[in-house]
Amino acid sequence: MFAWLQAAARWLDHRIGFSSDIVPVLKHPVPRQLEGPMGWWYVFGSASLTLFLVQILTGILLSLVYVPSADQAYETLLYMNYEQPLGWYIRALHYYAGSGMMVMVLVHMTQVFLHGAYKYPRELTWVVGVFLLLCTLGMFFTGQILRWDPDAYWGLAVGGSMAGRVPGAGPEIVSMMLGGPIIGADTLSRFFALHVFVIPGILILLLALHLWLVVKQGVSEPPVPGQQVDPKTYDDHYEGELRRGVPFWGDALLRDAFFSAVAVIAVALLAAYMGPKGPTDPPDPTLQGANPRPEWPFLWLFALLSLSPPAAETFIILVLPIILVAGLLLVPFISNRGERAPSRRPVAVLTVIVIYTTLGVLTYEGVTSPWSPHMTAWSGDPVPVAMVKESTPLQLQGAVVFQNKNCRNCHALDGVGGRRGPDLSTVGTRLTRDQLIDQVSNGTPGGGNMPAYGKQINPAEMAALVDFLVSLRPAGRPPAYNPAEPPQPRTTGADSDGEAPVNP
Amino acid sequence: MNDNEETRSRPCEHTGVANPARRSFFRWLTYLLGAAATVILAVPLLGYFVSYRRQRPPWIKLGPVADFPLNATRLVTFDNPLKQPWDGMVAHTGVYVRYQGTNDRQQDQFLVLAVNCTHLGCPVEWFEGSGLFMCPCHGGVYYENGQHASGPPPRGLYHYVWRVRDGQLEVQAPHFPTLHDTLEDRA
Repeated sequence: MFAWLQAAARWLDHRIGFSSDIVPVLKHPVPRQLEGPMGWWYVFGSASLTLFLVQILTGILLSLVYVPSADQAYETLLYMNYEQPLGWYIRALHYYAGSGMMVMVLVHMTQVFLHGAYKYPRELTWVVGVFLLLCTLGMFFTGQILRWDPDAYWGLAVGGSMAGRVPGAGPEIVSMMLGGPIIGADTLSRFFALHVFVIPGILILLLALHLWLVVKQGVSEPPVPGQQVDPKTYDDHYEGELRRGVPFWGDALLRDAFFSAVAVIAVALLAAYMGPKGPTDPPDPTLQGANPRPEWPFLWLFALLSLSPPAAETFIILVLPIILVAGLLLVPFISNRGERAPSRRPVAVLTVIVIYTTLGVLTYEGVTSPWSPHMTAWSGDPVPVAMVKESTPLQLQGAVVFQNKNCRNCHALDGVGGRRGPDLSTVGTRLTRDQLIDQVSNGTPGGGNMPAYGKQINPAEMAALVDFLVSLRPAGRPPAYNPAEPPQPRTTGADSDGEAPVNP
Repeated sequence: MNDNEETRSRPCEHTGVANPARRSFFRWLTYLLGAAATVILAVPLLGYFVSYRRQRPPWIKLGPVADFPLNATRLVTFDNPLKQPWDGMVAHTGVYVRYQGTNDRQQDQFLVLAVNCTHLGCPVEWFEGSGLFMCPCHGGVYYENGQHASGPPPRGLYHYVWRVRDGQLEVQAPHFPTLHDTLEDRA
């Protein structure tokens, strides 16, 4: 039996050429240091690939149930969450392996950058890698669309509005993106084709090229401070490294496999613990209370667009991405020679720190999104009791006006409420009565942050509101006053304005 | 196609002439046919990708004028007739309608605003108490007449094309509005 199997294997091998052509590639020499501790820096690329394979497998399984039709996508997702055995888990795994792949791709890219492995002769490998990063981001975006909930629908609205800002061709681009005049079934189908056929096809072709280049140019040796890359001498130097090298099919591959296994187990456990992501509400655009958010890799962009000055916005939306991608692509051409060790490349290290800090801060802002009014604060967040315990009837009426005019949506009291405007818990110490009337009536002039409420509030409401706001100050603190008109000293207790007595 | 020096200069067995006219003719004919095949394929494939069924946007009845109280903004929902039959609930569209009374010529005046924020398209929410539309995404705020009040939007809310026909308020079916392609642009 065994002899027959061996004969069959030989028959196949003779025709496929596995041992003559493929095994030598598997056993190709890699720098000896990959057997040592430095070898652990090299595992991130293969971990990205492994998680991508998990995505393909789970994606195929999802496609067995998911129907990419606008009127059924949401229902099939609910079916997968609650009825299909293990459907919830496959959905969860697809999301977390996808996030894991995104993280691994970024770690891999950062590691390659910091170790200068993009320098001669691996410049093209880096360039292909940048396109792989873009494909991964594209898969993340199109994947969120397929979840077809309000986040997906309004994400398309935002994407379409961005595309619509292109001067001249904007409307045509929008029509192409939406597949018609409105966001609908044609849009979902386009993004399904993108997510399942077009981008994976491009990604796989680029991946093949990327892997070919890695094998052809060889895995880079770990950087040594002082050992500079010189295109004229590098090839010979690397050949020397390989002569001392070890077969890839050995400890190097073992490390790759170890880390990939850890990555798979980590996302598998995370998926089991966290459960599937969404869908949230049904994709009904008329549902009130929509608060759409993009997926985490795009939160930095969400924050950037919220914080951009409107005059620069079209430039930031349309031109900045091109500049960023061009910057990434040009990395090997800025310097493809010289030092590789990060200890000798302070600009490279600084660049990484600045970029990740910026992305981190913007992502944090995107999570907290202080610029968004809290739409239910005016009705859901009561005025803190401590603030109105000793209020006069007029001040209490003012508190009611404060809530009913939706001020709370943008202004917090005692830390609870919107954060678009300042917390007003102590505004009585900062603005005088006249200033308050002015601020509320006229807002911030020039379309700044606060609208003008003059037409929305009658004199009685204004009097009550301002009385309430003036009373918002810490105990014992006098209200703000105009230095040109100091308040008159009083000998008796507080007057009807609620102003505390001031010692002469 | 072997185009190296050897086959080019090796004389043809039959005629004894290198690179006979028939072979080069055939080569050029193949180039031409290849180009023709590419174009014949590319035109319909690309045409399919960039085109969509264009229809004149029909008028949608939103209700009798009498149903809209004076100076009250309310959200009216309808099914966008520009939809595909399998769009499902995605074709539900909201629009803010405010009846403003009649003008000097006794014509009903309406303010009909799209829900899409002009910044990047998110749906704005109407607040009666403050008379403001607020956008949840990036903090855009508009006054009750649709004018921009605060935040990143570059202009006021988009206006629908509307008319009053037989005592009914009608609006033209809206495409997805963007800065360079507003609803009034395609009226």
